[in-house]
Amino acid sequence: MKYEEKMFVSGNEAVALGVCLSRPHVISAYPITPQTVVVERLSELVEDGSIDADFMHVESEHSALSAAMGSSAVGARTFTATSSQGLLYMAECLHYASGGRFPIVMMNANRSLALPWSIYGDLRDSLSLLDSGWIQVYVEDAQEALDMIIQGYKIAEHKEVLTPFMVNLDGFVLTHTYELVQVPNQQEVDHFLPPFETVNKMALDAPKSLGFSSTPQDNLEFKYQQHMAMMKSIEIIEASDREFGQRFGRTYGGMVDAYKCEDADAVLITLGSITGTARIVIDQLREEGLKVGLFKIRYMRPFPVNEIRELGRKVKAIGVLDKDISFGYEGTIFTNVNSALVGPDSPKVTMNFVGGFGGRNISKAEIAKMFHDLLFAMKGKPYDRVNFVNLGVKTNEIRK
Amino acid sequence: MKSENRIRLNAQNISDNEYFFGHKACAGCAGSLAVRLALKVLGERTFTALPAGCMSAVGFIYPQMAFAINAMISTFPGTASLLSGMKAGLKKLGKEDVNIVGFAGDGGTADIGIQALSGAIDRRDRVIYICYDNEAYMNTGIQKSGLTPFGTKTTTTPAGKNIRGCLTHKKNMFEIVAAHDIEYAATASVGYPEDFMNKVQKAAEASTTSYIHVLAPCPTGWGTPTETAVEIAKDAVDCGLWFLAEYEEGEFKLNRVPKEFSSVKNYLFQQSRFKHLTEDDIIEIERFRDKKWDRMKSKWLNEK
Ligand SMILES: Cc1ncc(C[n+]2csc(CCOP(=O)(O)OP(=O)(O)O)c2C)c(N)n1
Ligand code: SF4
Ligand SMILES: [Mg+2]
Repeated sequence: MKYEEKMFVSGNEAVALGVCLSRPHVISAYPITPQTVVVERLSELVEDGSIDADFMHVESEHSALSAAMGSSAVGARTFTATSSQGLLYMAECLHYASGGRFPIVMMNANRSLALPWSIYGDLRDSLSLLDSGWIQVYVEDAQEALDMIIQGYKIAEHKEVLTPFMVNLDGFVLTHTYELVQVPNQQEVDHFLPPFETVNKMALDAPKSLGFSSTPQDNLEFKYQQHMAMMKSIEIIEASDREFGQRFGRTYGGMVDAYKCEDADAVLITLGSITGTARIVIDQLREEGLKVGLFKIRYMRPFPVNEIRELGRKVKAIGVLDKDISFGYEGTIFTNVNSALVGPDSPKVTMNFVGGFGGRNISKAEIAKMFHDLLFAMKGKPYDRVNFVNLGVKTNEIRK
Repeated sequence: MKSENRIRLNAQNISDNEYFFGHKACAGCAGSLAVRLALKVLGERTFTALPAGCMSAVGFIYPQMAFAINAMISTFPGTASLLSGMKAGLKKLGKEDVNIVGFAGDGGTADIGIQALSGAIDRRDRVIYICYDNEAYMNTGIQKSGLTPFGTKTTTTPAGKNIRGCLTHKKNMFEIVAAHDIEYAATASVGYPEDFMNKVQKAAEASTTSYIHVLAPCPTGWGTPTETAVEIAKDAVDCGLWFLAEYEEGEFKLNRVPKEFSSVKNYLFQQSRFKHLTEDDIIEIERFRDKKWDRMKSKWLNEK
């Protein structure tokens, strides 16, 4: 394939370009809407020789990730991609891959979970797997998707990290929207991302047993090391963002991306593509003189606890927009944010806005209302902890 | 397959090297014997994967690793997919002159792992898949699998007044695998170790996927004295409840056709898992055996 410096591509195609530039040895993936275009493009790129990889036609997502582990275990750079039901079907292998410290990069197209069936976007798939030991980044546009695949390998393969890396894109909104992206130069990428070297692999000259069992005497120690690797990755994520910026002229802020938060009273925390819409709302409300800001969490794991604490010290009200819910409690991002804020750093008000399920749009007006709710609450108006956005039913009754 | 000039392996010329030792399998475990013998044939340039099950449970207890070659536990359903991934990675890293072998139990093969196995054969991935069949989920405490024989008492098919053990016959894994048009498949028994080793050697020569299904008695789960596993595995073949066969270049071949079967009853009653069986049950078992043999003989023997 011939690259151009600038290409008009969808989020899925941007991911495929990022994979191509990262020179994987093995790609093993199973199709699912809205990720399918990634697998289709990658097959084409393998077919036309742009990628010198083995494209494995696996028969399920469980096998996709199991095969990815086999390939990673022998030291090969490996890619997979999935979404929703497929991600859950991988669940056993997700924990397995992180426990085995296999630096696989995966793209996940965020999509709702059945039942009821829905092919459209929300974040319930990946957020329900926060504890599976994968680094999770949520991107905002096609450019960031492309760039984060390349950075994903850099971070995952770092010898003090060796942890699998999940790049999350909002289903359809990002995966299927066309944007102009800058395609990095292959030579530059090769400098940024050298071939993967590790001693932690099966080798003929030094045979190893990997993926073994542990006893109660050492399980905690293995898991502690895994946790510390994830904590260490924060530093590597930030360094990678800086280095990428120096080489390619684009930085994303590392763990988070704050917009007009410096003097803000009320701030909304978002993930992924909705941030773009919210930014416009901020500009409008700022024009009206309201001191509002936007705080995009890029990485859910590791979690940007320091950045959120610092934000908590500065502002009076924090709203968290969750396209997911932990039934019987609240949105998962909200829980994570609140736990970071516990103690003296906690602002006066924290509110959860839950919505955008199964592809439901969240409008600018609805986002503006969130800010108004936050500002009223800040001034003492009673408020609910969990607020459903644009809800069509009042109770548990069946809708007519 | 370059079959003709191959030197037949036997007890005298098999390698003295050991690649699976210091493990914690029960005394007299035939599964561990199957793994040990197969690795002697395959040698040190071998990568292996074993799913959850007895052989992985006894072979990888950190820090005591029992494999002298590259080895890894796979997920329970993921033996074949992990092998395929290893193969793909090694190929792209320029290491193709190696053996990649999996050892999965009957449950890991015929039940939870059948999808991944089917996928690997479909892709024609050059991996060797060995099912060591001890006829139940042993690692979790002797529960019924798809390869548990009719009448077997297991912890999930208790032998009581109303139900006398397992109600189904063994799934026909060998033919299921052959139906994929696999390059090479065989059945074997640790009771015929030479036959088994030579089949492993053939499998290693295949240029695509190969499959060996080896009967491997489990003294703990079968209720037999520890020193009898090999004997019983031989008996199983001699009484016709197991068979030695191959599928190669699209043709089935019976390696051993007993003129007369030895006693089924004698085979069964050595094992406490069959102690409860009635005369009628044994007749049913023999009837099923005869039907299977009639079919195998009429279809697979070219007596013209
Ligand atoms: C997904 C999953 N389900 C269930 C188990 C529990 N499990 C571990 S080993 C095993 C039985 C293994 O039986 P088999 O494959 O016949 O091997 P054996 O132990 O008899 O050698 C089971 C049910 C598991 N590890 N993973
Ligand atoms: S329970 Fe059976 S299969 Fe498992 S180690 Fe013991 S003898 Fe071998
Ligand atoms: Mg078994």
